[in-house]
Amino acid sequence: MKIAPLGGPLITKTTVTAAILTVLMAGLILYRFVFGLGAVTNLNNGYPFGLWIVYDLVIGTAFACGGYGMALLVYVLNKGEYHALVRPALLASMFGYTLGGVSVIFDIGRWWNAWHIITPGWANPTSVMFEVGACITLYCLVMWIEFTPAFLEKWAPPKSRKALGKVMYVFIALGVLLPTMHQSSLGTLLVPFGFRLHPLWQTHLLPPLFLISALCMGYAMVVFEATLVSKAYRRPSEADLLARLSKYISGLLVAYLALRWGGLAVEGKLALAFDSGGLSTMFLFENLLFALPILLLSSDKGRRNPQTLFIAAVCMLLAGSLYRLDAFLLATDRPGWHYFPAIGEILVSVGIVAVEVLAYVVFVKMLPVLEVADEGGPVLHTVKRADLAATTQE
Amino acid sequence: MNDDSLTAIETKLGLSRRSFMQFCTAMAATMGLPKGADAEIAQAIASPHRPPVIWLHFQECTGCTESLLRADHPTLDALILDVISLDYHETLFAAAGHQAEAARKASMAANKGKYVLIVEGAIPVKDGGIYCKIGGQTALDMVKECAAGAAAVIAIGSCAAWGGMPSTGPNPTGSTGVPEIIKDKPVVTIPGCPASPYNLLSTVVHFLTFGKLPELDEKGRPKFAYSRLIHENCERRAHFDAGRFAQEFGDEGHRKGFCLYKLGCKGPETYANCPSILFGDVGSGSWPVGTGHPCIGCSEQGIGFTKPIHALAEPKYILPPVSYPRIVEEQGQGVSVASAAVVAGIAGAALGAGVVMGRNLGKDKDDKSTGKD
Repeated sequence: MKIAPLGGPLITKTTVTAAILTVLMAGLILYRFVFGLGAVTNLNNGYPFGLWIVYDLVIGTAFACGGYGMALLVYVLNKGEYHALVRPALLASMFGYTLGGVSVIFDIGRWWNAWHIITPGWANPTSVMFEVGACITLYCLVMWIEFTPAFLEKWAPPKSRKALGKVMYVFIALGVLLPTMHQSSLGTLLVPFGFRLHPLWQTHLLPPLFLISALCMGYAMVVFEATLVSKAYRRPSEADLLARLSKYISGLLVAYLALRWGGLAVEGKLALAFDSGGLSTMFLFENLLFALPILLLSSDKGRRNPQTLFIAAVCMLLAGSLYRLDAFLLATDRPGWHYFPAIGEILVSVGIVAVEVLAYVVFVKMLPVLEVADEGGPVLHTVKRADLAATTQE
Repeated sequence: MNDDSLTAIETKLGLSRRSFMQFCTAMAATMGLPKGADAEIAQAIASPHRPPVIWLHFQECTGCTESLLRADHPTLDALILDVISLDYHETLFAAAGHQAEAARKASMAANKGKYVLIVEGAIPVKDGGIYCKIGGQTALDMVKECAAGAAAVIAIGSCAAWGGMPSTGPNPTGSTGVPEIIKDKPVVTIPGCPASPYNLLSTVVHFLTFGKLPELDEKGRPKFAYSRLIHENCERRAHFDAGRFAQEFGDEGHRKGFCLYKLGCKGPETYANCPSILFGDVGSGSWPVGTGHPCIGCSEQGIGFTKPIHALAEPKYILPPVSYPRIVEEQGQGVSVASAAVVAGIAGAALGAGVVMGRNLGKDKDDKSTGKD
């Protein structure tokens, strides 16, 4: 039982498809850089945030909270048995965040000034945008450092790994702190929307709701990915681990719903949940998607069934995405303004997913990311603390 | 300064102490003087010593004197007449004829090297200066005579500063400004048609307080008043930058107070502090551009009275932007069939993949459960 590269051919149907979509995206981005946002997107002054911010950044980084969630679980709550899930989760988070961060540059009108965001003297440290921008940039860097052992194991002498191992705890700590900051700040970003955001979403609890739902989405992504990967590469299922993990997820979902509804009750807005027309439907659908996984994962049988787990994970991913989509676009009141993503915008977002898939596949095949079974032996996920220490040293 | 001297000011100038101190502070601020200068100014003005001033009029309309007298600042006329000793001023003199000329000569002799000479109006030099005479003496001769014994020479108005309107071609009398004639001592020029009375007042008060002239530029203009283009501080500047121009008098842009550049405003090539201190003490908007007329560049040689009023100015260094933001903002359109189809396609594919994936997982589990143990 060890972490090792999976190996296998790099040119497959999946990678070729992803590569084509990536090239398409690169062309569109180049076109956008030369001819401006208007040439590719449907953005306007009423809708300066469109698909690229809402999907690539806000939803994308929440999807990429798997690494954050696993680090929280393994290193902060000291649940060493989940260690096998850390590195793949970290890898996905690393790509999710890096591409989310890069997509901000696509979305900035004068993209050549993007470095101003985090440069002292140019940056505006009183802005919540600065908090999000600086924090995400820093977190991307931290994740690449956290992932460095995988590169070192492949290419560098063991000595270098030891040196890095000594300071790694700093980056792991930052890797937990930074997402806590910016995932909640993404909620704070909506506070300045004021009355333009429907009161069902404009609540005092925006930051904790964004944070908790991001964690839910992160864990859901870990489950989703683990299921997908074990299926795609015909690896032994990590169902045992996932079953235990899903207990924590249920707890988070309950906390989210309690805050969501409790907050509305305290602010006296419960009636709005039912008499806001189309937005009520969106709100209830959103909450249904948050509630459904609790039901699915309530029994031990459900938690151990990969199919149920998969459905629950998809529900959570959809729930968090819909919450963000509603809060950033659909539940905002901008009289006279219209927005629907242009084909170019959609293709760029699709391209970003393609890059993530492509890079993930290449990385797991070439670098030690996933646990592989020793020849013939069954995979047992009863890793003890001592084993964890050993794998960290490896 | 003590209470006694302030009380003396009250009686001497008919000003309350508060108004007096406000005036001194305003003077200091106009000239951009450091903190504490207001107190020095107060001291200088309050002192019983009044510097004699000789004020000459030549080829001009008396507009500078008129605007100075009509400055609405509390009893400004009283201040300027009581603080300085105006020994000769053709418009304000009670005396006339040879009596007046005698007073001038007497004052010049008595205060040689101490009096301030203020010149208003251009000086004709053609044919020996015979086109402007006072008491039989040519303007040319008179200004030379008076400047010889003056402590400071101030040329007020565009006419005295550089020739102004009388010097505009064909200029049959050969009108020129004072600096062209008085070469042996610095001449402060305060151009404008009329010049802002506060620029003159500030210069005089500076001289009174510090015993020297304020810092001047290469054309002899006090830097505190003439170092910036009108365009720099113009209240309509934002419209220029945004590309909102009045195209003709009375059009929509003109009524809305847009930039007057396209109506020939000379603000972009004229140096003066009009937009900062305004004119005539009647509140905001009380200067040409504020009232909706383009600046004619009256204070600038080669522009005022030379360039046609409605000819386009040549911006000195503040240029219009290369492109302007759109006036009509596109508000975006709703869903297009194509993009909706793409979204639907992606959603459908994702759904399909999800369902297949879920089914396979179910199958997998069955395989496993059968194969297990």
